[in-house]
Amino acid sequence: MQSVASQPHAAQPLVAMHGIEKAFSGVPALQSAALDVAAGEVHALIGQNGAGKSTLIKILTGVYSRDAGDIRFAGAASHLTSPREAQDSGIATIYQELNLVPLRSVTENIVMGYEPKRLSVFIDWREAHIRAREILSRFGIDIDVKAPLGSYSTAIQQLVAIARAVSLKARLVIMDEPTSSLDAQEVAVLFGVVRSLKEAGVAVLYVSHFLDELFEICDRVTTMRDGQTVSVRSIAQTSKLELIADMLGRNVDDIKAAGMTDFGGGTAKTGDVLLQADGVSTGNRLRNLTLTVHSGEIVGLGGLLGSGRTEAARALFGVDTLTGGDITFKGSPSAPANPAAAITQGIGYLTEDRKAEGIIPDMSVRENLTLALLPTLTINGQIDRKRERQIVAHYIDALDIKAADMDQPIRELSGGNQQKVLLARWLATEPELLILDEPTRGVDVGAKLEIQSIIRYFVDKGFGVILISSEFEELVEGADRIVVLQDGYCVSELHNPGITENTLVKAIAQHHQQNEGAA
Amino acid sequence: MLDTDAFDLRKYVANNTQTTAVWFALVGLIIFGLLRYDNFGSAYNITSFLNYNAMFIAISLGMCFVIMTGGIDLSVGSVAAFTSVIAAYLSPYGIEVALPGAVLAGVGFGAINGFCIIAMRIPPFIATLVTMLAAKGGALIISGAETIGVDWGSNFTKLGMEKAFGLLPWSITIVAALALVLWLVLEKTSLGRTVLAVGGGEDASTLMGLKVNRAKAFSYMLSGGCAGLAGVILASGFGAGQPLEGIGWELSAIAAVVVGGTLLTGGLGSIPATVAGALLLGLVFNILNFENGRGTISLSAYWQMVIRGGFLFAVILFQTRVTSSRPKVG
Amino acid sequence: MSAPTATSTTASKPVRSSALNWKAIRAHGGIIALIVLVAFNAAVTPNFLQMQTLFVNISQVATIAIVAMGMTLVIATGGIDLSVGAVMALAGALAPLLFLSPWGIEYPALGLVLAFSLPLVAAALCGLFNGMMVSILNVQPIIATLILFISGRGIAQVLTNGNLQTFKNPGFSYLGTGKILGLPFQGWLALVLAIVIYWIVTRTIFGRYLLATGGNEKAARLSGGPVRSVKIGAYVICAFLSGIAGMIVVAINSASDAARNGNLMELDAIAAAVVGGALLQGGRAPIFGAILGAVIIQLVKYTLLANGVEDEVALVAKAGIILLAVYVQQVRKE
Repeated sequence: MQSVASQPHAAQPLVAMHGIEKAFSGVPALQSAALDVAAGEVHALIGQNGAGKSTLIKILTGVYSRDAGDIRFAGAASHLTSPREAQDSGIATIYQELNLVPLRSVTENIVMGYEPKRLSVFIDWREAHIRAREILSRFGIDIDVKAPLGSYSTAIQQLVAIARAVSLKARLVIMDEPTSSLDAQEVAVLFGVVRSLKEAGVAVLYVSHFLDELFEICDRVTTMRDGQTVSVRSIAQTSKLELIADMLGRNVDDIKAAGMTDFGGGTAKTGDVLLQADGVSTGNRLRNLTLTVHSGEIVGLGGLLGSGRTEAARALFGVDTLTGGDITFKGSPSAPANPAAAITQGIGYLTEDRKAEGIIPDMSVRENLTLALLPTLTINGQIDRKRERQIVAHYIDALDIKAADMDQPIRELSGGNQQKVLLARWLATEPELLILDEPTRGVDVGAKLEIQSIIRYFVDKGFGVILISSEFEELVEGADRIVVLQDGYCVSELHNPGITENTLVKAIAQHHQQNEGAA
Repeated sequence: MLDTDAFDLRKYVANNTQTTAVWFALVGLIIFGLLRYDNFGSAYNITSFLNYNAMFIAISLGMCFVIMTGGIDLSVGSVAAFTSVIAAYLSPYGIEVALPGAVLAGVGFGAINGFCIIAMRIPPFIATLVTMLAAKGGALIISGAETIGVDWGSNFTKLGMEKAFGLLPWSITIVAALALVLWLVLEKTSLGRTVLAVGGGEDASTLMGLKVNRAKAFSYMLSGGCAGLAGVILASGFGAGQPLEGIGWELSAIAAVVVGGTLLTGGLGSIPATVAGALLLGLVFNILNFENGRGTISLSAYWQMVIRGGFLFAVILFQTRVTSSRPKVG
Repeated sequence: MSAPTATSTTASKPVRSSALNWKAIRAHGGIIALIVLVAFNAAVTPNFLQMQTLFVNISQVATIAIVAMGMTLVIATGGIDLSVGAVMALAGALAPLLFLSPWGIEYPALGLVLAFSLPLVAAALCGLFNGMMVSILNVQPIIATLILFISGRGIAQVLTNGNLQTFKNPGFSYLGTGKILGLPFQGWLALVLAIVIYWIVTRTIFGRYLLATGGNEKAARLSGGPVRSVKIGAYVICAFLSGIAGMIVVAINSASDAARNGNLMELDAIAAAVVGGALLQGGRAPIFGAILGAVIIQLVKYTLLANGVEDEVALVAKAGIILLAVYVQQVRKE
């Protein structure tokens, strides 16, 4: 809290939120949260998943109502009750994906709700197209504005969203993870736009997980943890380590000493080749994947979002149909036709999105845990319930899953415990190869360390793991080898020991540069 | 993920030959009919064809708006039956009273749908299924389960017979004007664009600050009103309010809308193509009638229902073939 | 244990208990509705507490309950089946056609066997059509089943040329008029079917996959669940049960009327399933709840009819019940 008091104060804040409280059905999401954004400032808002960033933003933009606290916008008390009111008062939000309609044209997405009219009834499409083109050209974009928005890349869509905000004369633009699906070049364009907004006196509230970006573009940074604002720092006078310490609620020195993860370093005793993928492509952003996994080895897949990491996992697990290439598993050629076939072969796949692709919320811990195991738990179509309970009890104990009992619905568990149940779902099938896509995303630090040591234990028993992670620390410290992907190709391979975050970042960045040079 | 969707979409839009295909099919069938049947091009056949199908075009127009918002209205058939009875009761006061009265009754049912869907958050198909039941029950109650004869003395029955501006019967003229107005609304007004935006992404539309609820309420009330208009045309054309009519009409309307290239999930649609779709479906029956008349085939009235279902099936097959190059997700 | 986990585990407890309360209220809500209906009838409706009344109601409930169980399975996958009534009409029309055919009259025993089996095969095929439309062509369930909702009955009418088929066939009529231990045969049949389906849902791999598919389709598939087959299976079972119900109706009346058999049954079945606790979003399949729902729906109908309320008004009342049930569900979700 000290740092809040000693913040470098801006003269007249555009946004001033103080003592914000919000609870959802009795569970507090925000407790005395605060946020100050000055006009013409690029202000970062960071924090782990569940820290309360998005709740705070939704209160600011009128999506949620607050239980307590003051909000002042441009000097006046603000009581917004809908996104529409927020827009009208000059607050525009660029959500990750939600706030545009891909089926409609670029022009419509920019002018929707504020269309130029003839006779004050009929939309003047000519004028609308001209206006849309004009706004986009300010960002150096020249596209067919009559085409459906969805026919353009995510980067363009994002810029269109910003164009909409600018056209509505926004004084504050909120960007929620704007770069999560952009490549380096697109990020550069976006940053250019952010800078021009800043020059025009528009404030930008920038929410991001990518700390490096903040140092490139932001002026100040507010850090949240557990629903509270824990620090406000000037970006010029802080370090990445300090921000991480704020987010995790740890001491800077501890982090320096211990490292960030609990993998215990690569002590690999690698065995035979377990899986061999040659030139695998799916047409779904995976163009040419060549990958070898030995037993007793963690192979990391590095690369930016959209580099084809998840697509690689989906191809190996039989989710997406292969359009080319061969997969050999345990010496025999086998490209699984569907997930069920992959499971039978001895492959498990912990998906990236726990909510959408992992848990079945209304089912119990027990039913979730044994879902992938069902075929082997079944005698003549009937589930062996005694054996089921034994297995579940074993894993709840072994992974220290915190649940009231095994029949508790999984949705009532914390994120970390849900993730452990899902991990147990795959461990229970006794796979020889486990593909883990962001295994520790969105779980708290304690669970994260536990999950990482479970993974290590699994590998030490002689099985193979493919580890996908956006956290460089996790890859660098966890993987025995890292294969770097870009645009669906393998571009380089790094070997532990010896990988540092710097070498990994370099490997990823290098190929981007080469690519630009070639293009 | 987003990009794969984008890829499909481009393909879909590029492949949106469906709208064109509908027009070609329509013209093709007309030429076929003209060449094969003597009376096909006769004024009588054209007028009676349009007169009969005016009802279906009307409900298809309303259904088109509802489907564009991503919803569905299963109540149109029963509502038309209900309003045909209302129109019959009001017929002694003349068309000037009967038409607005019946349309208003239809709008009322649409308002109930809208209320259930928007305020009570009932899924559209349940809400409209319930209204379908209520309208059916209501029609039977107010009619005593009998057909209600109209007053032949008033100008009510002239709706389907007397020609507007000496060209086409009033019923057709009114529906054509309605189609024109709705086309304008869809293409040229904020309301119309909001309807499309809601279907393309309801959450996104809310976050964009669009008046989502207004667009949805409008669509359901429009659909009810269109069903009301269809009810008036029904009563006037057959000389009686028909409480038991309307079975399977929702299917015809949905089929017409889908044939016209409107996405069943909403967000994309066209008024002219919907009209073309309704005409196409009507023409199929017209030609079947001619074939029946020539004795090449002999189809009972019951075949109508089978054919309606088959038609929708064929259209869905066509539409999924066009859009199904989508790689499987999940 | 770090702070966030601690808060979320403690916080989850009140949520859990309140969910249980809601469940309790809802479960009791059904029972209470039932008790109120019975008490009301006992007091008001003449001759309510008589065996005859019980028979009438059991035989009516049986058909609704049998279809509602199938509907519950389909709803559990997150789908809906509007074609149940039409499938009833189809199966009901086929059965007499078979044993009334010259061939069926010549070999009555075989005719009877075919009359019991072929309509069910036809019904199952309808379910296969629905299921494939939904799971392979990815058509929304409402639209997919709307096709047979309309044309299924059309086919039945085409087959019978729209005629009422009356017959005298004691063997077949047993389905509708037979009695075991003094209670209607179809009541027992519904009970047996319910036990079998309950067993399928709770004890078999199909049941587990069914609930998983409705609960989170992507997750189910990525865990090796045969999502498509499971969905098709649900529609096939639903249609099969509808076929049984359609034959029961024909057997009760000793006549088959393709225009009326199963008319509006989709509404009764959806209402019974929802009143019984099925979630329209999927993921839950309360089989005995569906029976309770069917009993309530039938009792409401009976109460209205027995007290001189017209059939048509009963329709409107039913509409209200469905709306209320879905609304309660909706509120619970939020």
